[in-house]
Amino acid sequence: MSAIDVEAPAPPVVHHGTVANTVSDILAVTKRNLIRYVRVPSLLVFSTIQPVMFVLLFRYVFGNAIRLPFFPYPYVDYLMPGIFIQTVIFGSTQTGVGLAEDLTKGMVDRFRSLPMARSAVLAGRTLSDTVRNAFVVLLMTIVGYLVGFRIHTSIVPAVAGVVLALAFGLAFSWISAWIGLAVRDVESTQAASFVWIFPLVFASTAFVSASSLPGWLQAWAKINPVSVTVDSLRALLEGWPSQAYHLWASIGWVVGILVVFVPLSVNKYRRSV
Amino acid sequence: MAEPAIIVHGLKKYFGEVRALDGVDIEVTRGTVFGLLGPNGAGKTTMVRILATLLPPDDGEARVAGYDVVKEAATLRSVIGLTGQYAAVDEHLTGRENLELVGVLNHIGKPESRKRAVELLERFDLIEAADRQAKTYSGGMRRRLDLAASLVANPQVLFLDEPTTGLDPRGRMQLWGIIRELVQEETTLLLTTQYLEEADVLSDRIAVIDGGHVIAEGTPDELKSRVGGEVIEVVVADPSQLEVAVAQLSGLGTGAPHVDEITRRITVPVGEHGGHVLAETVRRLDQAGVEFTDLALRRPTLDDVFMTLTGHAAEEAPANGQAAAARGGRRGRGRA
Repeated sequence: MSAIDVEAPAPPVVHHGTVANTVSDILAVTKRNLIRYVRVPSLLVFSTIQPVMFVLLFRYVFGNAIRLPFFPYPYVDYLMPGIFIQTVIFGSTQTGVGLAEDLTKGMVDRFRSLPMARSAVLAGRTLSDTVRNAFVVLLMTIVGYLVGFRIHTSIVPAVAGVVLALAFGLAFSWISAWIGLAVRDVESTQAASFVWIFPLVFASTAFVSASSLPGWLQAWAKINPVSVTVDSLRALLEGWPSQAYHLWASIGWVVGILVVFVPLSVNKYRRSV
Repeated sequence: MAEPAIIVHGLKKYFGEVRALDGVDIEVTRGTVFGLLGPNGAGKTTMVRILATLLPPDDGEARVAGYDVVKEAATLRSVIGLTGQYAAVDEHLTGRENLELVGVLNHIGKPESRKRAVELLERFDLIEAADRQAKTYSGGMRRRLDLAASLVANPQVLFLDEPTTGLDPRGRMQLWGIIRELVQEETTLLLTTQYLEEADVLSDRIAVIDGGHVIAEGTPDELKSRVGGEVIEVVVADPSQLEVAVAQLSGLGTGAPHVDEITRRITVPVGEHGGHVLAETVRRLDQAGVEFTDLALRRPTLDDVFMTLTGHAAEEAPANGQAAAARGGRRGRGRA
């Protein structure tokens, strides 16, 4: 800055707040997060083995005991949309775990001291977890096919179904982000996830029909975001159930969760000092 | 041009009941090294976090490189570097990838990021480990990588928060070498430390901070002269002889003896002629029949500086800060 330091580079004139920079920041963080899954394949392997075991368990152990009077196809076709949603939700819990880890290891401090976009750490994290979810959903589709799962609609609704499942996972990633930022500890975040994930996934129509549940649980299972999304997915992949209610309710949940938890998480991140 | 690199005026930060910073004033001249010396919980980390825009102050003003840390935080971030207490490197990325990531997030562009990464890896003796994941690095290598990351964008002002805590003596010496080298460039450096020796070796000026206040400021020599040179330390064998020993040692040194009854340790500042006083100490204790288990002449430590300046040992600092700061930090009130 002074006249003496001729060799020192002139302070760079950089405009940090541009949209291009924000996108570049988000992508850089996303890439950084994804590299981890490539370098530590066991992370991906274990998060894949679990849903595979669920598929086999429900397909071959519980499947025969589950009665679905109205569903026109084999149980495995009923099961797989439930598995997809369960997979993306379990996957989304990793968002909070990853953020808690970045907080405890000082990575968040580093990021926050850089002129990068404030939103990039959270957006990059939820985006990379969505990419990972897409990979696992693809894998589960293949596993499903091997055990008899078939899509009974056409390509467009099927792709729409996958997009819906991933959007649902993204929304849950933002809930998980908020929890991770609030709890700030990897193990606790992991434990906390199960508390809210379990009633959502298992008190739902993911694996059984609502009519098989006790009355008080039926009421919950019908509005449960997991139920309506699994049923939308069934509608898009299997053409059943035919009502549009589930789809709208599901989109409503996705939008609603994002509207509430994106600002909550961003705010929490800004205050996470 | 003449504006100091860091100006802090009346800076306050409270975490609930804990006054982490209670009206701090400092000024750091451009291109110099300023050491913030104090025990855990003195407010050092809080200070660095405020100056690096991670934490908003409750009151007072702070300007770094001419930018207000609150109002101009976004601009300020592009001219500072921070290395915190943990080595904030991504252990699944290689050393090179870590530095390139920081470059890209500093918006200096991909090609420039690559170039800077290589330069820094070479300079920090990490080039051979450049393409290994950081999790394979030793503690010292991680610290160096962390330090390198804070230099990627050629910061005007660099903050190092306890850069050598947890390193073995060799790693510490190596990092000191690197830091000294940095200082020969135009970078202004603010570093925090618990070690007087470290502050002494690296800093042009030192502020001693305790309980959120600056209790002394000056060059390392000025501070040491306030302690009065060397210190004699006696550990008495029998607690009942402590009183006798203190009586014998009073008036021997340049200041009053300080007694720690639990460890049976007596310390006496003795100025520059420690050798003579040491001989006299042995004679007197021997004549009085005081048995001792340890007797040493040593250079003053942070404890001695504290004893002299505050009358209490460093560990007795009122706020047990790290825990308190962490708790308070979680409830941090302001916006970043």
